[in-house]
Amino acid sequence: MHDLTAITALGGIAPQVDTVGEVTLSEIPDVALASVAARTREESTCAAQLKALLGGPPPQAGRAKLGEPYSAVWVGPDQWLLSASFETHEDIAAQLKSKLGDTASVTEQTDAWCCFDLTGPDVHAVLELLCNIDLTRFETGHATRTSIHHLGCFVICLEKGHSVRILGPRASAGSLHHAITTAMASAL
Amino acid sequence: MIINHPLLGPRDSAEFVYLGTANLMDRPDPDTATPEDWHDYAYLRDNPAGPHRELWFHEGGDRSILIVTRDTTTHEISSVELARNSGAQA
Repeated sequence: MHDLTAITALGGIAPQVDTVGEVTLSEIPDVALASVAARTREESTCAAQLKALLGGPPPQAGRAKLGEPYSAVWVGPDQWLLSASFETHEDIAAQLKSKLGDTASVTEQTDAWCCFDLTGPDVHAVLELLCNIDLTRFETGHATRTSIHHLGCFVICLEKGHSVRILGPRASAGSLHHAITTAMASAL
Repeated sequence: MIINHPLLGPRDSAEFVYLGTANLMDRPDPDTATPEDWHDYAYLRDNPAGPHRELWFHEGGDRSILIVTRDTTTHEISSVELARNSGAQA
């Protein structure tokens, strides 16, 4: 029998939390991810299946649909990144594949990404040092891919001006964490 | 330089990777092309001073490939479209 200890993206036993001023950066390990790409000529069937799963139409360009148990982020034409709680949806790719069948190609993404939530009243002061998102127009439910510290990251607005979720490449979790905490120390 | 992405709106050109002339989409038919056709496709390029149709890959964004018509003398961009809408339909 294996007796392995689960560690977070930053290598800790417990998720790391950093607070500077009134802004808190929290590592979020409880995220299961899968990419869903509609197959050619199956776009409308796939969208209909996703609508049933998400409780509404899948998000349009530059948007996210946040919900339970599944949330979705638009990542490209007819392609989405779906997320759910890792506790209950560790096998998210298999679950989605069984529902979407041949309408979409589904790939497991959980171990490819790390997740941080940045919350507090001064979130924009930190973000404007990190990326080129037009923050005055970055409303709740908006989501975009951008470069942070030369890393391709998704930034999702959970609450305008107060809370964003950042998904970055897991192999560079330490670098991304360093970049964000450095920006926090500079901005706050 | 700002590229007005058809889906995502104005985005900084630093998010993109330049992939060369849009003529690269017109690949010779492997069944009928002569070595000369492949030579032309692989090596010969126009070098216009003026409007140029070219491919830009949105690497730091939605990973779509855009056809951008850019004036090479002024960098003015007159049109941007998704390459997937102009490519050969399977």
